[in-house]
Amino acid sequence: MKPTARTRSAGPARPSPARANEPLPALDRVIHERLRLAIVSALAASPSLTFNELKDFLGTSDGNLSVHARRLEEAGYVSCEKGFSGRVPRTAYRLTAAGRRAFARYVDHLEALIAHARR
Amino acid sequence: MHAIRGHAEAHIRYIRDTMERASSFTAVPGLGGIVMGATALGAAAIASRQPDPSRWLAVWLAEAVVAVAIGALAMARKARRTSSDLFSGPARRFLLTLTAPLGAGAVLTLVLARSGQTAILPGLWLLLYGTAVVSAGATSVRPVLAMGACFMLLGAAALASPSAWGDAYLAAGFGGIQIAFGAVIARSHGG
Repeated sequence: MKPTARTRSAGPARPSPARANEPLPALDRVIHERLRLAIVSALAASPSLTFNELKDFLGTSDGNLSVHARRLEEAGYVSCEKGFSGRVPRTAYRLTAAGRRAFARYVDHLEALIAHARR
Repeated sequence: MHAIRGHAEAHIRYIRDTMERASSFTAVPGLGGIVMGATALGAAAIASRQPDPSRWLAVWLAEAVVAVAIGALAMARKARRTSSDLFSGPARRFLLTLTAPLGAGAVLTLVLARSGQTAILPGLWLLLYGTAVVSAGATSVRPVLAMGACFMLLGAAALASPSAWGDAYLAAGFGGIQIAFGAVIARSHGG
């Protein structure tokens, strides 16, 4: 799967050869952490995921997922919707427009680093 | 510089793998399944009154066309509503795995109907539909897999039962199971 097929259009243009020698901006530290990167990548591929779906998928603990999901929420990259499925509490996460743009920028940045290193 | 490139490439691979694994086809139509189930119950009532196997078969083939049309329409509507892409990787995998066993079922139906062996068709249809749904369920939401398994069990039971019970099994499967799981999907997966 090409990770940026849909999201890339929302982000800035990829660096052109003329810009290849410009200094590269720092990677987005909010997304760069491995578990947060996994959360954002998973949400970029799925309209929304519940807390339990994300926990099973990432194979992590409740506490760990809570901490990192909250960090993404605070950055405005992820929105959280709390509700009930029958009597069971249900927390659903989805990527916000800002999160989608940040993810596209992050992937573009990685691709720019690869291109830069090839020169 | 090589180390930076290696890290960046590893991250891109990690993102790609994560997205691939997280992709599931979520535009499974729960409400459409309920409507399909309702038409199947009607078809079972009509088919059970037919005087000969060819008319019986015609009723169920007509029901199959109606059900496919309802399913396709409902899927397209849900995909539009949930902003899912019907031509994305997960959707393509879902439809491909769903249609392959159904295609095999269509060929077997033709062969068996020509040789007059219509009595085993209910069990065969339920078993192959269940196989299709189980296969497609691997790339979709959880209830789909369970629904397929129920169809397969019912198909196996139908094949081991007297042929006179065929319409009852078809009503239970394409009607009952479809409606029950349609309701579950509609409630827990957005319509």
